[in-house]
This record gives sequence, C-alpha cells and structure tokens, in this order.
Amino acid sequence: MKEEARHFETELAVIGSGIAGFAASIFALNRKIATAQIGNTGAVAYTTGYLDLLGSIEGTGVAIDNPWDGIEDLKKAHPAHPLCHIPAGDIREGFEQFTAFLGECGIAYTKPHEDNITALTPAGTLKKTLCVPATMAAGPKAFSSKTPCVIIDFKGLKGFSARQVVANLRDKWPTLSAERITFPGMDKGEIYPEVMARALEVPATRQELAGLLKQAAGGAKVIGLPALLGMHEPDLVRADLEKLTGLQIFEIPTMPPSVPGIRLREMFEQVFPQKGLTLIPQQKVSSLTFDAGGALLKLRDNYGPVTIHSKAVILATGRFLSGGLEAQINGISESLLDLPVTQPAARTDWYSKGYTDHEGHAIHKAGIEIDSSYRPLAQNGEPHNKRLFAAGIILAHQDWIRGRSGAGIAIATAYKAVEAAEIFLHAADALDK
Amino acid sequence: MTSTILDQASGAGEQTIQTDVLIIGGGVTGAGIMRDLALRGLHSLLIDKRDLCAGASGGNHGLLHSGGRYVSNDLHSAIECRVENEILKRLAPQCVEETGGLFVAVEGDDPEFAAKFPDFCEAAGISCKEIMPIEARRMEPLLSEKLFKAYLVPDATIDPFRLALENVAHARILNDSIYRPHTEIISFDIKDGQIVAAICRDNRTQATLRIQAKQYVNAGGAWAMDIARKAGCTDVNLLYSKGTLLISHDRMAAHVINRLRPPADGDILVPGGTVSVLGTTSVHTDNLETIRPTVEEIDHNVIEGTAMIPALSTARYIRAFSRVRPLLQSSESADARDATRGFALLDHISQGLTNFCTITGGKLTTFRLMAEKTSDLVARRLGNTKGCKTDSIPLPDGDACRWTEPGAAPRYWYKANNSDDMILCECEMVPQSAIDEIVKCAPGAEEDMTLEAIALRSRAGKGPCQGSFCGIRIASYLYDRGYYRDKTGLVHMRDFFNERFKGMRTVIWGQQAAQMELAEALHCGLLGLDNLDNDKEHSN
Repeated sequence: MKEEARHFETELAVIGSGIAGFAASIFALNRKIATAQIGNTGAVAYTTGYLDLLGSIEGTGVAIDNPWDGIEDLKKAHPAHPLCHIPAGDIREGFEQFTAFLGECGIAYTKPHEDNITALTPAGTLKKTLCVPATMAAGPKAFSSKTPCVIIDFKGLKGFSARQVVANLRDKWPTLSAERITFPGMDKGEIYPEVMARALEVPATRQELAGLLKQAAGGAKVIGLPALLGMHEPDLVRADLEKLTGLQIFEIPTMPPSVPGIRLREMFEQVFPQKGLTLIPQQKVSSLTFDAGGALLKLRDNYGPVTIHSKAVILATGRFLSGGLEAQINGISESLLDLPVTQPAARTDWYSKGYTDHEGHAIHKAGIEIDSSYRPLAQNGEPHNKRLFAAGIILAHQDWIRGRSGAGIAIATAYKAVEAAEIFLHAADALDK
Repeated sequence: MTSTILDQASGAGEQTIQTDVLIIGGGVTGAGIMRDLALRGLHSLLIDKRDLCAGASGGNHGLLHSGGRYVSNDLHSAIECRVENEILKRLAPQCVEETGGLFVAVEGDDPEFAAKFPDFCEAAGISCKEIMPIEARRMEPLLSEKLFKAYLVPDATIDPFRLALENVAHARILNDSIYRPHTEIISFDIKDGQIVAAICRDNRTQATLRIQAKQYVNAGGAWAMDIARKAGCTDVNLLYSKGTLLISHDRMAAHVINRLRPPADGDILVPGGTVSVLGTTSVHTDNLETIRPTVEEIDHNVIEGTAMIPALSTARYIRAFSRVRPLLQSSESADARDATRGFALLDHISQGLTNFCTITGGKLTTFRLMAEKTSDLVARRLGNTKGCKTDSIPLPDGDACRWTEPGAAPRYWYKANNSDDMILCECEMVPQSAIDEIVKCAPGAEEDMTLEAIALRSRAGKGPCQGSFCGIRIASYLYDRGYYRDKTGLVHMRDFFNERFKGMRTVIWGQQAAQMELAEALHCGLLGLDNLDNDKEHSN
C-alpha cells in the first residue's frame, strides 16, 4: 500500500486519550476551539465508569462523604495538590459539562451532587464516587435503602462472583442474595463481558435473558448484574430489560478492562469525528517541537506519517500505564519533551514497605510542575513554552489512587488547561489582528 | 491419617500429638528426612512455623549444581554435588530440568583461573567440556561478545517446592506421616537427658500443642541455632548470609550460566520455566525475620550479571527475593563466601541429650544426602536397621504437587480439554481444576487454605502480573465454591498482594511500573483493599 503523508492545521492539539484528554477535547468543543486529539486510548478501557472527585484524603484511609468539604480539608493537609488550586465552581462546571456531553452521546450519567455516592465494587466492597453511569445508579440507591435485591452472575464469566458480592455486603445489606444463570446461547466454556454486551444489543437476546432474570429474581424487585448491558446504547438496553422483566436493574463494574470503559472509548471514537474534531486514536506522538508560529506534532499511523500544526498544545499523557512518565532504573522522566519531573531522591524511596498502607507510595506524587496558567515548567522554573499546557494525573503532588481522585484531577485540570489555552489563543488572535 | 492425634484434656484444651520422630523445619531437608524415615518404617511429624520452603529452600536459584561452582575452593562439596546431581536426575526427574550449564569467562576475568578449570573439575570427577566462544554464543545468543572461555557442565535446575511437596506426599502415603504448617516450637520438656515433649504453638489459632516423640530432629536451617538453644544446646554456631536474587520476565538463557571465576556476586543466571533467576549477593546479617531485598543489592546484581549477559541491564524484572543461608562457622574468616558450604550433623551428646540432633548448613543440591545422614542417626538410636532407600527408590509423581512445575500447567490443561475448566492465572495458565486439586489434597492444605498457601503449591501468581489479577480471580472462585463466606477472602487477598509486593518493591521500573500502577489502581482505588480495616459505612 502506498503511504500518504497527511497534514492537519488546528488551533489546539490534545495529546493523550485518557479521561483528561477526552475531557479537554469536550471542553474545547464546547468553547468552539478547533481541536485535534492524538494518543493511545488504552487507559480509558481500564476505567470502571465511575467518576471520582475525591473519595479520601490521601494518607488518612478515611472515606469522605462530601468531596467539596473534602477539598477544603485537602487544602490544609496537601496544599500543593492540583485540586487545591481550582475553585469549586470550576470543578463542578467541568463535571457538569463532561457528564452532560456523555449523556448527549448515549451514555447517561448522574449529575454531580453535594455528596459522594456510595457505589458497589465487584468484590462487594464500597467506594465513594461523585458520578456513576445511569445503568449503575440503582445499585447505590438499593444499598442505601436496603431494598431486597438479588445479585445475578453468569456461568463461565470469571472474576465476577455474585456470592462474593453478597458475602461481603450481607452484614450491611441483609436482604441481599445471589443467583447464577446461564447466558443465552453461551452455555459452554469461558464467556467474556464484551461479547455478552454486544449480544444484548440484539432484542431477541434481551427477550431470552429477561425470562431467566425474572426467574432468578424470585420475589425481589431489584437485581444487580455485572456491567454488560450493551456496548453502544446501554441506557436503552437497560430500559428494555426493565420493561421486559418488570424489575429494576443495575450494573456493577467488572474487573478492567471492562465494558463501561470500552463503551466510553468507542463512543468517543465515534462521536468526536462527527463533532468536527480530528481524532487520531491508538497512536503515539513521536515528536513535539515549537517554533515562533506554533507547535508541530509528528506521528505515524497505519496509513503513513501525520503532521499536525497547532497554535496550542495540551499535554495529557498520563503516568506510567499510559506512557506519559517513564520509570527507569535510575529515575523518572517525562517521555515526550523530557520535562523535569519532581520525584523522590532515589529509587529506594519510590515505594513504601507495605503495599496497601494508607500512606501510599511516594512514586505517585512524582510528576511535572505547572504555573498558574497550567503551563509545564522547564528546568529554569519558567514555562517550557507559552503554547504548552498540561492536565491530568501527569501533574505532581497528588496520589490519585489513595485519594480516589483520578477522574476529578483529570476533569478539573483539563477544564482549567482549556480555559488557559483559550485565553492564550484569543490573545494571540488579538495580536495577529 | 489422624490416628496418632490424641485429643487429651491435659491443661486448658491443650492437644497432644504422638509420633516416632518430630522434625522441626519444613525446608527440603526436613521434607527429605520425613520421606527417608517413612521408607524405613518410622512415623514422623514435620512442623514448620510458616509453610514448606519458607526459608532458604524456597529462596534460591533452583540450581541443581554439577559441583563446578565449588571445584576451586571446596572440593568436598563439589564431589557431594556431583553425586547428588546424578541421583536426583535419576530418581526425581519430575522435579528436574536437565538444562546443562555453562561456565563463561569474559574480558577482565582471570585467564589463568579459566585455564585451570578443567583440571579442578577432573579432580572432582565432574564432566567438563570446553567449547569455542562462538559455539557458546550460538547456544546462548545473549552471552557477551567479550566472552573468551566457555565450558559445558552437567548443571540442571530443580523445583524445590515440588521436591518438598513430593517428599511430604510420599511420606504420607507410606505410613501416614503428618505435615503441620504454621506450628512453631516454643520450648522443650527435658527430663534426665531426654526431651519428653516439644511445646508448640499453632500460629493461626494461637493454640498450644504438646508433641511427644521418641526422637527430635532440628532441621531448622537458618533458625537451627535458635531451636537448638531452646533445648539448651550451645554447640550450633551459624553465620548468616543474606542473599538477594531477582527474576526476569523472560527466559534469558536455556542453560545455567555461571561466571568462570571464584564465587562472587551476581554471577549465576538460572532458567526456570519462562523466566530466569539472577543472583546472588552475599552480605553478613544477624537478622533472620525481616530481610528484604534492597535497591542497592538489586543494582549490584544487575551490574555484575551484565558482564556475562549485557541484556540484563535493560531486561524487565518481575520480582526479587532475599533469604538467609545458614553457614557453618568453622574458620576465623569474616567473609561468608569463605565459610564452608558443607553441612553438619550434630548429635548433641556433648550437650547431655540423647534423643535430639541438628542438621544444618549444606545446600539444595545435597538435601537428600543430609536427610540420609540424619535419618541414619535417628534410625540407629531407635534400633531400626532398615537402611536408607532414597538413593534407590524413585520419588513418586504426585498429582497435587505437579502445579508448581514451571510450564506444566498449560500441558495438563490442554490435555484435559475441558472448556468449562477456566484459566484463573493467565500468566502461568493455572486452571480452576488446579485450585480444586490443591485445596482438596495438596500436603498441608487440609485446613485454612489461603491464597499464599495456594501460590506456594502452584505457579499461580508467579508470572509477570505477580498475582495482581489472578489473586482477584482465585478469590472470586473460592467465594463461588463457598470456601469463603465473609470478609476473610478479602483479607487473604490483601495479605497475598502485600506478600507478593515485598518481592516486587525493588524491581519496579520500566514496564513493571506500569503494571504496578494498574494493579494498585485496581486493588486500592477500586476494591479498597487499603481500607479494609476501617470499612465504616456512611449511608447516604
């Protein structure tokens, strides 16, 4: 096949396709900024679908009910944390725009409220989160009112055990019980959530499953299932199953990579191009350079080399899993521009001795530094380039794992980075005129 | 099998167990003694304060020495290794992989030493064949270009976990000898030069146990000195040497690769299934309980190993571990590497005891010989004249023990061809049926089976993900089976991950850092295993 070199001109280039990258593109679309987004979409598939803002103050191990009050406590305990520098109104606006966009595109979410939702996990533990997909919302409600409920799992689907969920929740939820059924047409061997989810987009499969669910529910009016209610129209699949069974149905996330994560990825990949955004997923930017007129990104996909010229860039490349940061035997570096990384003095200090300690691990607080306009700093303490902005968990001074704050950091900092990029773009325009 | 357990109402519910011989220490030596005695018709009880191979037996290269390693400085050990190497290859082939070994000298190594190696080997009767450097690099493409001398020797690898499990399983079949994990010696009751009972604690239940035997064997490895002192014996003097090894993600070489120089750090690379084991460092330590690898030791091993195999500097590592080798204190030398690698059997007669002995020192390769010598003493004291049979009777191949063998699980799984038998550990292809078999009948698995205990009896958790996914799947499966009915499964899961982490902590860089970030996001971020203890519900 003959290769074809392609070139794109755009106002904003977003590098990275995790929650922060997608959020940045959404905010840019909402601000009518011409945008191109590039980067591996791998990490989104690892999300559960839950959007945490702040579930715990790092280092305390205590779950928090109200994340907005929590941020006030965070300011006292960890003043350098990225969430501490963002007005609550902006964080809320970010969550509202993000969830509203997902809703318009077919994956409805609960709105960000005052309090965290106490959500269910596949191990039968509880997790504080701010917004959940509409397909999962009935679970936390049933839990808080202790409504009689049956968790149903499937023969051949490993890693999700209804008996496990029930065993760990029963002391708090005495009317919870477990059942196992065979998924229609999948009675032999191992079965996979993704395949089941796609099968449920076929009305006949839903019809057949509904009969089995009704039987398994016994007298209960609410049932919980592993997250596999459709890939592209989960709300419709759930509504149809509820109609067919006369039961209230909710999903519980499964172990990643899971259906809710794949839903988000496929939705973004489908919707963004329709909205006029240039999306080049699954590819890694190989070089980023700046000149007086803008930024030049180079990469390569299956069809050949691609160059993108943009006036501003948002770096949202994530941490080790997504490749934004690299851990080498002798230190941590930033992968694309070799930006300075704030990090522990030596590898000995990266990890605490106890894996599940409340303290967490110092390596997670490593990351890049930014100024008040979300511009990454170079070695000399000045912005690396006036056109470069950064968002997401690549930023230093946060432990998104212990803080249960991954989506919160991603969405809130993406909101601010786009805002700063827009101010820069307008100023540049004004200068041009 | 419980015929020898008497539930006597002595004291406050204290249990009394009777046996011919109590063996203290579930390393390969203790397990070997158990089988050796059973083959002579003697009943034994084997106890370990933790579980099988928790000490040096489980923390080594898994190398079945040809003896080549010791030819230059310890001829006696070299000859012992050569003889035992041949016996184990013949009688326990299911535990051995005949990889062959290479001794290689690279630029900077002493050419004189390298030239003398064949003569050293000849003196010990060890087969040694010189091959051209180009031939060595054809056999092992990752070897350094700076190689100038290479010899082929009959080194092999051996699976200590399977070895211990098979020895225990065979003893159980022969005469109902018993293995009891998590049972620790507290004190001995001594009367008139005889131990009349060992007072033990069950470390899971904290219950006290009284074990009455005719003979008591201390096979406590690095802990042998402490155990002997509990019986008032001061004649066991050990040096402790901490060794740290690391496991690469890939099998870097097909042969055992030894550096052709007097034994030093980071100079052996041993294949094991799909991985390789690099080591070791050697530093003196006084601490037996909380040893862990340090970043410094890891870096030292990698730098030294790189001289033989340059690719080790950029390899992905999945795990590191440390263990304490007990070395017999025999010379004034302070260097642990100069202490003898031989073993010693002490009859403690000089300490005024006639039914107690200690076996210590030695190495994995000579475990059978150590068991033989110990069992000879015990049998003689009991008037048993049957003689040792472990040098002629093959070690049976037990079904429940086969899951520790690297690379074996997929073979069994494909052979069984049961599509409903789902793979729970995807890195090492351990299926549900393996977990069932282990829970049901692997030695020491009868009660309270934890994820850690399952991992010890299988390859589960030994692959690149180090159990971070299969730990979740196996726990789910055990909930499914009704084995877990409450939060215990989550606690076991957390403890298992914490335990695996100890081995990962110092080798987390490169791809392993990404793996770790994902694992922690799952275990802590999603499942909240960092928060199990204050799992208070705040209802909305």
